[in-house]
Amino acid sequence: MATAAAQRTARPQADGATAGDPAEYQRVFDAAVAADERIEPRDWMPDAYRATLVRQIAQHAHSEIIGMQPEANWITRAPSLRRKAILMAKVQDEAGHGLYLYSAAETLGTGRDELLDKLHSGRQKYSSIFNYPTLTWADVGAIGWLVDGAAITNQVPLCRCSYGPYARAMVRICKEESFHQRQGYELLLALSKGTPEQHAMAQDAVDRWWWPSLMMFGPPDDESQHSAQSMAWKIKRHSNDELRQRFVDICVPQAESLGLTLPDPDLTWNEERGHYDFGAIDWSEFRDVLKGNGPCNEQRLTQRRRAHDEGAWVREAAAAYAAKHTGGTGTTGHDTTGAERA
Amino acid sequence: MTATGPATVPVTAALALGDDALVLSHRLGEWAGHAPVLEEEVALANIALDLLGQARVLLSLAGDEDELAYLREERAFRNLQLVEQPNGDFAHTIARQLYFSTYQHLLHAELAAGDGPFAPLAAKAVKEVAYHRDHAEQWTLRLGDGTETSHERMRRACAALWRFTGEMFQPVEGLDVDWAALESRWLESVTEVLGRATLSLPEGPRTGAWSAGAGRQGIHTESFGRMLAEMQHLHRSHPGASW
Repeated sequence: MATAAAQRTARPQADGATAGDPAEYQRVFDAAVAADERIEPRDWMPDAYRATLVRQIAQHAHSEIIGMQPEANWITRAPSLRRKAILMAKVQDEAGHGLYLYSAAETLGTGRDELLDKLHSGRQKYSSIFNYPTLTWADVGAIGWLVDGAAITNQVPLCRCSYGPYARAMVRICKEESFHQRQGYELLLALSKGTPEQHAMAQDAVDRWWWPSLMMFGPPDDESQHSAQSMAWKIKRHSNDELRQRFVDICVPQAESLGLTLPDPDLTWNEERGHYDFGAIDWSEFRDVLKGNGPCNEQRLTQRRRAHDEGAWVREAAAAYAAKHTGGTGTTGHDTTGAERA
Repeated sequence: MTATGPATVPVTAALALGDDALVLSHRLGEWAGHAPVLEEEVALANIALDLLGQARVLLSLAGDEDELAYLREERAFRNLQLVEQPNGDFAHTIARQLYFSTYQHLLHAELAAGDGPFAPLAAKAVKEVAYHRDHAEQWTLRLGDGTETSHERMRRACAALWRFTGEMFQPVEGLDVDWAALESRWLESVTEVLGRATLSLPEGPRTGAWSAGAGRQGIHTESFGRMLAEMQHLHRSHPGASW
């Protein structure tokens, strides 16, 4: 929880005099992190901490935005009006999450336009999971249950992340994500208990999404480049493999109550460890998808760029109108970020 | 199919209002992931959801919402031709929103003020539609009075959809509305908004042989059948299944 201001370590500010002793700045920063205090936008922070956060938060925001596509793919084909309403609300929430996260990233001195440019030019990534296609309606349920489930497992610890604006965004996002995850589970349950065709559709979706969901936790601990530093800074609280294990342990009983199987012959309860053992992940596929060679990488980025490019005249119109009528620089919240930069 | 609702609810009217909301909601849903700015992803989905909520209440008054949405064919739908028009560019979507939300707002305000069977529903919907109307007006102003390009696009969009606006004022059986008064208030409002947007009211007829009340009679435009094929495909592929 946020530390009361009175108890906070007295900290130099990011925009304060540069005359101070850098070693002293670093010491105060380290002490605040060690004391589980929150670092706030005006506080001094190491450049590498700032850069890591910008990268992580931006990629998180991009994932929300690109992640709208695989699900939006089914909005026009949703099989009942109730499901259609749930799906539309979910995709809308994802756009909202993207907005929170871009705002959190902007507190670090970057701008949304700049981050979107990096997404569109491939200089920043988004979650590899969204490069897989949604081939049937059941995929919408599998994404809710497994993909949102994995995201929550990853994100709940981020609610205690050392950087305040990110941690607060995650509190809001996790509440909505848990709701989406339950809806996905419920969608799969309806299919699993439905006709034989519906059951088969649900099983096929889980078979296709299970391994990509496990890859969402990132490379194994011994290959993870950023892990040790992120954990020292308390951006990250648990290792990739710890979170992946936690997720598997949660999913196995849920799959049983869904009446569906997980596509892993090596999945067995290990009494000694008190965890499920599971089979080897195909990391070559993961690397391939990260490199841009997944099934939908090209399609996802092309659609995102097209929406942005085809919308340029609309954004220009809004800015021109605002300049004429309010003397402002734009009304979309989009063109004002430059002024906020540190 | 013949749907029978509670005796007090005029089914023809419930279908007309419900189909308008259902079909426009679907069109707006097509924008998801394609909007010009993230705030519009949120706004368009929000409006689509409001309309879908209205459609579900109205269709449920007329029968089973899913049977009505997914198992009727094109000729049985009673929506206006205006709402089924393809999204086009953002200006076309906004022009369609301006024409329809202005109409829907005036209509629901009148229904809410009366004591007919739709008064409670209209009282709730009118609050949502006031927001939709404001959104459409704000964008009409920005596009009309923005850049030369946006002005021209908005002008073309308003003109292209103009011929579908007459059918909104064809009387609907079961709705106790002064249609002529509604039409003049609509014209006044749209003229005023377009004027502020540095645009003028399009010229040309507002009705034609195929558009004067045709949607309400189940006569639709070509793109509508394709829209329904996409919307209904999965539901129809699994007869009797629940979702």
